[in-house]
Amino acid sequence: MRRTLAGVIIAAVIVVILSVRLNAFRDYQIAEIAIDVTAVAGLTVLTGLSGQISLGHGAFMAIGAYTTALLLLHLNWPFIVVLLIAAAATAAAGAIVGVAAARLYGPYLAGATLMLGVALPSLANAYPSIFGGDQGLSVAFTTPAFLGASFPPTRWQAWVSVAVALVTLTLLANLSRSRIGRNWRAVRDDEVAAALAGINVAAARVLAFVVSAACAGLAGSLLAVVTALVAPGDFTITVSITLLTAAVIGGLGTLPGAIWGAMVVVLLQTYITDVATSHGLSATVGANIPVAAYGLILIVVMLAFPLGIQGAIRKLFTGFVSSPLRDSPPQRDGPPQKEGTQ
Amino acid sequence: MVEFMQFTLSGIVFGMIYSAIALSLVLIWRGTRLLNFAQGGMAMFTTFVAIEVIYKTGNYWAGFAAALAAGLVLGAVAEVIVIRPTIGKPQLNSVIVTIGLLIGLEGLAGILYGSQYRSFPSSFSITGIHLGRTPLGVSTSDVFVVVAVLAATLVLAVAFRYTSAGLRMRAAAFNATVARLSGIRVARVLTLGWALAGLLGALAGLLVSPSTFLYPNSMDTIFVFGFTAAVLGGLDSPAGAVVGGLILGVGLSYVGGYLGSGLTAIFAMALLVLTLMLRPAGIFSSGRLRQV
Repeated sequence: MRRTLAGVIIAAVIVVILSVRLNAFRDYQIAEIAIDVTAVAGLTVLTGLSGQISLGHGAFMAIGAYTTALLLLHLNWPFIVVLLIAAAATAAAGAIVGVAAARLYGPYLAGATLMLGVALPSLANAYPSIFGGDQGLSVAFTTPAFLGASFPPTRWQAWVSVAVALVTLTLLANLSRSRIGRNWRAVRDDEVAAALAGINVAAARVLAFVVSAACAGLAGSLLAVVTALVAPGDFTITVSITLLTAAVIGGLGTLPGAIWGAMVVVLLQTYITDVATSHGLSATVGANIPVAAYGLILIVVMLAFPLGIQGAIRKLFTGFVSSPLRDSPPQRDGPPQKEGTQ
Repeated sequence: MVEFMQFTLSGIVFGMIYSAIALSLVLIWRGTRLLNFAQGGMAMFTTFVAIEVIYKTGNYWAGFAAALAAGLVLGAVAEVIVIRPTIGKPQLNSVIVTIGLLIGLEGLAGILYGSQYRSFPSSFSITGIHLGRTPLGVSTSDVFVVVAVLAATLVLAVAFRYTSAGLRMRAAAFNATVARLSGIRVARVLTLGWALAGLLGALAGLLVSPSTFLYPNSMDTIFVFGFTAAVLGGLDSPAGAVVGGLILGVGLSYVGGYLGSGLTAIFAMALLVLTLMLRPAGIFSSGRLRQV
């Protein structure tokens, strides 16, 4: 607990110093990383701790983003209220998906969530009068008056995003250390044993989806105000898979890993696009190299370094002492398969 | 009434394409108990191969053959290089690896061919067929879609039933350990399964692209529909995959025709969730529940 708080304070100070010294584009990047951290932290808890995969987290981000855009557009409530409502709405959606998902495992769950990621954004085109169709909805977000008129809006957005990310990380860290987190790990490692130990397996799995969706909703809400636009193109399958990539790179199930993963994904994208354009490659090529790289990274990390960056760091610190890792990734994510009964 | 018939017929045409994707998923599922999420991405990539060959040679059938061959090779290579190392590891790993393969291929296609929508030629005339004076809403090219998928299915079914390679594949799918003990090289059989699945996927890509355009993400929706069809018929059942594809195709055609095309994906999702809740082993299952 004390370590988490210290980490949060140090991170906040670093971000404030950075955002004051750097330019508006870097502020935007900080906000982008913070948004990704929020969403990836939720996903890494779902997949790494409770053992459920989601390939449709972009859909949850879309729910948060559209809730934010609609509330700001029609009611113009204060952002903090809108943010909380967006998280609550997404959590409710997460509960519905979670109830359906609690009975599924592995590939079935992956397919069903992939379907969610494809189907939900298409609603924006089915009801263009509400959701603005392909063009999307524009979002107005103003800096508070007490900061003065000359305060750069991107810096304020970066601060807000980082604050939300840090609060989310703190809450998730506490949650994963609590009885709930232990239940998730128990369900992940052996469903039958967990049930015998008195854990309500279905409830634990649904709760993981609710928590994870709420994080994605917060991220979507932040994304809406930072990019000032909400359109179905922001929530494609590629976005959902990018979140998964970040969680896998960082190390599934570890919260610091979510930070490393989000930073790698955001910075890699900017860096590759810069290099590509400076070498005279077209914008399309520059935009697609990171996507191809994510694919390669997912395969290589999963085959060779399944513990990700955080796993490597931990190994570095623990040296050659072979201690059983407490947060080892899921060893099995389904009921035991009996040979010959298929 | 004419409208209803047109929706039904065009639903059957699209249904055959979902069937082809579903069949390719079933083929891999029976052998390795894993879902190939890259199936759509592989189909997209082989269709780009076809378009390049068609541009170079000016011959549609040269492109057609090239895509099928590319599908065969891509399936086999994918199995040997990235799938085989995940066998025996947690199931989550293989899911994530096929996802990696999917966006890897989508990114590569974007780098090589660009992200813009490309039109893809169809094999035969796309002008509608008339029965007497009523338009049927389908074309010769659509008839070819149905014939091609049915022919591929039949060839596969016959090969599975009557060739020794087919027997080996069935044995390996039924019980890998016993098959290995009887001298079957199970790893090779699995590679063959992936190659055939790649071929079926390539066929689906070739057949669907004239009506959807071709771009790196063009097969995403087709893939999830194919997955839905496979679950609908039962991931273990090749016949179920074909019927599931037809049911889904016709159902989506009615939804798109009568309620608006924006709702088809939501309808498919509802169907998928209902199937997984009520009959997780597919609508033709004998009632014995498999854990999903």
